[in-house]
Amino acid sequence: MSLAKPAMRGLLGKRLRFHLPIAFALSLVAAAAFKYGVTEPRKQAYADFYKQYDATKEFNNMREAGIFQSVRPTGE
Amino acid sequence: MLATRAISLVGKRAISTSICVRGGHGVAKVDDYALPAYFDRRENPLPDVQFVTELSAEQKSLKEKEKGSWATLSNEEKIALYRISFKQSFAEMNEGTKEWKSVIAGMFFFIGMTGLVVLWQRKFVYGPVPPTFESEWKEKEVQRMLDMRINPVEGFSAKWDYENKEWKK
Repeated sequence: MSLAKPAMRGLLGKRLRFHLPIAFALSLVAAAAFKYGVTEPRKQAYADFYKQYDATKEFNNMREAGIFQSVRPTGE
Repeated sequence: MLATRAISLVGKRAISTSICVRGGHGVAKVDDYALPAYFDRRENPLPDVQFVTELSAEQKSLKEKEKGSWATLSNEEKIALYRISFKQSFAEMNEGTKEWKSVIAGMFFFIGMTGLVVLWQRKFVYGPVPPTFESEWKEKEVQRMLDMRINPVEGFSAKWDYENKEWKK
């Protein structure tokens, strides 16, 4: 009935030494995944949209659709 | 002070049989529920009293043997001494129960009952929904949102093909 004496000290340190590097690595992975999966595509989408954007043309289309109060469609 | 010291001399759990003399006036019987209790808890590893209160003759002789050198005790005797002082070992007291099955069953049952109540409510309690939910209204709403170019980059209007006047494939 001679069991080995269990570890009495350094339990938190041992746990931290194991889990902290993993936690940091996973956090970095999460941040990188979000950056390259979400923010970069979004920035690219906005850049592409405004490359071909003609503000006057869009304004006239919206005016004809009749949504503005300050300018009515050209017919009226 | 004198009384408590006398009680600790008499021994654990035998207090119930001893009398508590109060200032020389009389005898106050100590009720069982007023005495320290035994319980198995991981947070409180050494309870106030030992588990077995009345020792058999065999256990009494074992306790006498315990007063000598412990190297002479066999493994069975050590276990017997443990079982005198404690009811369950840490492994026994920490093992899980099957209670979670009842908990999950109860959860599902009450979620089901709530579902029935909600269905009844929808039929018998709530009045009609506002006119803004009719399909005619919704069609006009969607058309106006497209005209206003709501979220044209990544959202609503981005999915509409303005040239062909249809949703993008």
